[in-house]
Amino acid sequence: MSLIQVENAVKFFGGLMAVGGVSFDVPEGSIYGLIGPNGAGKTTVFNLITGNYKLDKGKIVFKGVNITGKPTHRIVASGIARTFQNIRLFSNMSVLENALAGCHSRMTSGALGAMLRLPKQRAEERRAIEKAMAELRFIGLDGQAENQAKNLSYGNQRLLEIARALASDPGLIILDEPAGGMNEHETSLLVALIGRIRDRGITVMLIEHDMSLVMRACEHIVVLEHGVKIAEGPPEAIKTDPAVIEAYLGSDDDDL
Amino acid sequence: MSFNGNKIRIGIYMAIAVCWLTAPFFLNNYQTDVLNNIAIYAMLGLSLNIILGYGGMFHMGHAAFFAIGAYTTAIINTTYGIPVLWLLPLSGLAAGLFAMVIARPIIHLRGDYLLIVTIGMVEIVRIALVNNVFGITGGANGIFGISSPQVFGYPINGIVNPGHYFYLLTAFLAFTITVFYFLEHSRFGRALKYLCSDSVAAEGSGIDTSGYKLWAFVIGAFWAGMVGTLYAGKITFISPESFSFWESVVMFMIVILGGAGSIPGVLLGAFLIIGLPELFQELQQYRLLIFGIALVAMMIFRPQGILAPQPHTYPIDKIDEKSDDREVAR
Repeated sequence: MSLIQVENAVKFFGGLMAVGGVSFDVPEGSIYGLIGPNGAGKTTVFNLITGNYKLDKGKIVFKGVNITGKPTHRIVASGIARTFQNIRLFSNMSVLENALAGCHSRMTSGALGAMLRLPKQRAEERRAIEKAMAELRFIGLDGQAENQAKNLSYGNQRLLEIARALASDPGLIILDEPAGGMNEHETSLLVALIGRIRDRGITVMLIEHDMSLVMRACEHIVVLEHGVKIAEGPPEAIKTDPAVIEAYLGSDDDDL
Repeated sequence: MSFNGNKIRIGIYMAIAVCWLTAPFFLNNYQTDVLNNIAIYAMLGLSLNIILGYGGMFHMGHAAFFAIGAYTTAIINTTYGIPVLWLLPLSGLAAGLFAMVIARPIIHLRGDYLLIVTIGMVEIVRIALVNNVFGITGGANGIFGISSPQVFGYPINGIVNPGHYFYLLTAFLAFTITVFYFLEHSRFGRALKYLCSDSVAAEGSGIDTSGYKLWAFVIGAFWAGMVGTLYAGKITFISPESFSFWESVVMFMIVILGGAGSIPGVLLGAFLIIGLPELFQELQQYRLLIFGIALVAMMIFRPQGILAPQPHTYPIDKIDEKSDDREVAR
């Protein structure tokens, strides 16, 4: 049973075709990689799934529900959480408050309940803090809860984005270059973390330039070039696929 | 924030509160009336703070909501004789509804664009009042003979006895501070701070950014409308010139100068901008010059305001780890 199906996704920016009819199915509980050279349309595909961009054609079905054209916050509420390629934390707020942002879609109390500080609102607030702290513990940042997000190291900021995404109890988490700016040691910890996220029953999709991470972490890889899918399969098959090698290294003809 | 720092801060707040509460005993009627104005502008500043401080939306037309509240009270009170204080929620609703209609199409505008549209809005409201729309606003003359509020049958006249009105306003100010403090440290308040900090990340975290912006406007307007009622009951006579663009600028300055997003900052801002000019009456003609210099200096040296928002401490040490593990395993 596939968790998310992308069917013939098309996106134009002006006259430029960023994504031209990409389709793939992500089975529940898998770790899926999306790779390709710069400008291949990987982040655009992610932005289409999360509703940051509107599809020009095609559709996206999540858990059997068509989510095409829904606003981003509704897509998050339906169970798709993401991190950003260029880190987007609430930098002047504490680490805990950043994680709490993810809890938002799982909370219900509104302005009136808050202004009167009703018992229900207080209980919910407490549960949210518990949940946020649990996610910080999961990624190993609970000791920094009261620190400001901007004071974290680059690698930890990436982890905090993951914690914020996890706090929304997603069915699918989308990681856009999670290892960007991480050193070798941090990257291997990240591979382990991705495995632990999947062990919680959360499906993982990731874009990554670090091929060693992609090959180690992913069970299935989709390769894009110029907005089109050129290959798909398990890591071993992708490594030897001639189309993929050509896309990354260029064929001999390119020298002309 | 250390425990001691918190203790000192609470001590200072208590001392200020005691000074405030006992002040009318040492002041004459005129001086007490200045305090009343400070209280009114403090509440207006706090209501604008929801929109401008937490939400980061440059809204320079807050006097429009204030005016709608005041006029709703004035019209209904003078026509139907309904007691002023009973009209608090209705005036709030009128201003809130107006904000909902006005804000929806402009909510997605950024920074300076929103600023210009809101300036247009407050001018349109003022001109509509001057031109006596629907024949109920009394035109440029305004509306006379609004009755004074009564509390348990005891009339509180803001002109004859500002000391009495002072305590009515102070009670409402205390209520405002409490309610807005709760709001700031809640899911709602955080959502506004998130979208102010990075609206793409906020939306990506599941926050309905345009919905929250709209509700920030509605709540801010609702409160300004209620303050309008208290204002109309205080001076018993209102006219369009009380709600000019300049009033909006004053509210804007109170929030920005005092500290956007900080309740103590806004209170201090109200005191400085409304109270200080009265202390230096002989400098009256230089008032705008000093304001201008102060604003320029603040924007250069302390753009976050005099009392910038303090980080909030969450009760994380009170949360036991067992319940967390259950949460994650779920």
